[in-house]
Amino acid sequence: MNVIEHGRGKPPLDPHLKALENEAIHIFREVAAEFERPVMLYSIGKDSSVLLHLALKAFHPGKLPFPLVHIDTGWKFPEMIAFRDQVVAKHGLDLISHTNPDGLRDNVTPFSHGSARYTDIMKTQALKQALDMGRYDAAFGGARRDEEASRAKERIYSFRTPDHAWDPRNQRPELWSLYNGMIHPGESVRAFPLSNWTEVDIWRYIQAEQIELVPLYFAKRRKIVERDGMLIWAEDKRLELLPGEQVREEMVRFRTLGCFPLTGAVRSEATDLDEVIAELEIATVSERQGRAIDRDQSGSMEKKKREGYF
Amino acid sequence: MSSQTLSHAAETIDSGDDAPLTDAQAAAAGRQARPLRFITCGSVDDGKSTLIGRLLWDTKAVKEDQAATLRRDSTGKQNELGLPDFALLLDGLQAEREQGITIDVAYRYFATDRRSFIVADTPGHVQYTRNMATGASTADLAVLLVDARAGILEQTRRHATIAALMGIRQFVLAVNKIDLAQYDEARFRAISRDFKEIALSLGVRQVTAIPVSALKGENIVLRGDEAMPWYDGPTLVEVLEKATQRTGQTTGFRLPVQRVSRPGEGFRGYQGTVAGGSIKPGDSVVVLPSGVEANVKAIVTYDLVRNAAVNGDAITLVLDRPVDVARGDMIAAIDQRPQTGRAFNARLVALSPDGVVPGKRYWLKAGARRQRVMVRPTSALDLSTGKWDDATFLPVNGIGVVELDFEDTAIFDSYETNRETGAFILIDPETLNTVAGGMIEGKRTKSGRFDALPDSDRASITLPARLLEAFLKTEFARAHAGEIRVTAPEEAGGE
Ligand SMILES: Nc1nc2c(ncn2[C@@H]2O[C@H](COP(=O)(O)OP(=O)(O)OP(=O)(O)O)[C@@H](O)[C@H]2O)c(=O)[nH]1
Ligand SMILES: [Mg+2]
Repeated sequence: MNVIEHGRGKPPLDPHLKALENEAIHIFREVAAEFERPVMLYSIGKDSSVLLHLALKAFHPGKLPFPLVHIDTGWKFPEMIAFRDQVVAKHGLDLISHTNPDGLRDNVTPFSHGSARYTDIMKTQALKQALDMGRYDAAFGGARRDEEASRAKERIYSFRTPDHAWDPRNQRPELWSLYNGMIHPGESVRAFPLSNWTEVDIWRYIQAEQIELVPLYFAKRRKIVERDGMLIWAEDKRLELLPGEQVREEMVRFRTLGCFPLTGAVRSEATDLDEVIAELEIATVSERQGRAIDRDQSGSMEKKKREGYF
Repeated sequence: MSSQTLSHAAETIDSGDDAPLTDAQAAAAGRQARPLRFITCGSVDDGKSTLIGRLLWDTKAVKEDQAATLRRDSTGKQNELGLPDFALLLDGLQAEREQGITIDVAYRYFATDRRSFIVADTPGHVQYTRNMATGASTADLAVLLVDARAGILEQTRRHATIAALMGIRQFVLAVNKIDLAQYDEARFRAISRDFKEIALSLGVRQVTAIPVSALKGENIVLRGDEAMPWYDGPTLVEVLEKATQRTGQTTGFRLPVQRVSRPGEGFRGYQGTVAGGSIKPGDSVVVLPSGVEANVKAIVTYDLVRNAAVNGDAITLVLDRPVDVARGDMIAAIDQRPQTGRAFNARLVALSPDGVVPGKRYWLKAGARRQRVMVRPTSALDLSTGKWDDATFLPVNGIGVVELDFEDTAIFDSYETNRETGAFILIDPETLNTVAGGMIEGKRTKSGRFDALPDSDRASITLPARLLEAFLKTEFARAHAGEIRVTAPEEAGGE
């Protein structure tokens, strides 16, 4: 068998990124070895792109020893879905796309049900269905501790009950890099290889490793409408304008990606990686600011996670 | 090397190793190194979360939207100074906010112009000691907080002991809430002196004591000269910027095998993270526990087939001949092997409410190796006296020495020589919870002694039998168990 070398001529990573990469690869291998049915949650965004890249590295020269699951709410940016299909084809991945059939039947949308209930039904419940259907005992996620205060409390192996619930008051001790992968039937673990990465680390790594991203991360003239202080992408006809709202075209990009009606764009001139990183280094607001679902109520992320959100 | 920090810090105990970096070294470090990992620890309510919150605030790591949220959440909880409740930047769980205490570790990431940091803010409450241990196990440095009014408490000692046990050799003693103690210099000196004694007994030689007000941000990032003209030592951030990272391993090449990769015809690679030393093609290695020897043929990574790998690298190793290697095996340098055997001695921190029960068969996980073990506690540390007493059981949060007996071969280095291959966790076979963290002292020989270093590398001490027994129970003797050889006169006379 011929071993392919992907990095010929590429300068080595700086020690900071190298240490993060090593840690992530270690976690991937450990989970793959200890669990019977691992799966990777793939959300198409920048963190998922880094996660996938690290997984490919961890198991090289072999293929990924697990499938990917994408929770499709039906409200993702079309560019995201196109990108997803491209990535799957390029790496020959086994991707399972799941949409909550109950939500589809009941016509649950971010507009009709409000962001909190919509998120619960189309994301949290959908995720639980997908995990139950596959009887997965471990699920990789791209969450980072620097994203949010309750995430900052989470272990690298985050233990979940058979109902997928997280009990933040009773987490297992996690010493050194010795992860406890022992669980009873029905219980599961969410594993977070990117726990110790910051947003800047993610961008620097994307740059150093030349990882492809959905173009939505780069500034371009896009049609948007201002709603509740957020800039909402307005190129999908399902978005109904409210009285007084006006669609404008502006140079914007997205710092995080999710469902378009719930994801705020930022005004930006950053059209490439260098410019995005430069912008980030002087940014005065956090990336989560652009997410409607995190602003519903304080402690809302913790609440969602207790209920099984990832 | 005696840097500025040291010469200015009246309360620093100098040491030869682990010396802080110079200004220039710290500046050059930047992203050219992995981040410094540190923890805050100490008794409940001493101000750990406030201190980190303030540190994040003053290093501009708090973004505008987060600051707005903090101000909103602080309403009603405003202190007399009208400052936000900085602890809320860390205490992110609802239960924590309701009770005003920290329950679990929060990890935060920030950087100064000179260095990047990962801080773990640990809970002071004794009930959550397991979470403090979680944070301490990977830290390079500990910031131990003491309330200037209360002084050193049992919980302060517990945290200092656990941190030292887990190999942290650099301490900052932050004498906090000094604003509530009238900025009293004598008080600061007295607490520093008390702690120095404890530190020495724990084998910690590098302590920098700093009087701080976490809430007001004095001597954290900004100096507190106005309130404390008598203090001319470094601020907390200055000490952190110059701290060294622990390398903590002096063994030869170690590769705990996580998985065997057989993607296709003719390829067989052993995947794992290098846990000691370095390796290059052509090197001779031994596979343990089988003892089979082979040579390294290739080091495969996604990017390149490499000509060397060092400690910390996640690699795939290919050997020059077909050998039987499975997950849990260790590939090691042929001339610097780890210890193998069925009997070891270790120190343990008990982390579950049931404590550690003698005669129970636990699962032990070390590296990628999981095996059955019987644990027999022999002594436990009494935190009020600092002495090791005989014990047969370790209660929750107990710190003890135990004998480990395996049903098949175990592979370890002493924790002192290698933190990766000398550490383990115990898992309860019924609850499957992690119930203890352990550090290997060495292999147990028939006489009950253990060997961390060969005798020839150890300092010899001869003591009369009655003193010997008392000496062996001291923390000092425990801390240096692997480096010294203690004998009674009769035995010594025979050599
Ligand atoms: N005046 C004054 N108050 C302080 C100072 N540092 C902390 N406090 C107050 O002390 C209380 C406890 O602070 P925390 O930061 O929550 O203490 P902690 O050590 O993190 O507590 P646990 O994590 O629960 O062990 C809060 O009300 C703080 O505002 C200080 O330097 N001066
Ligand atoms: Mg706290």
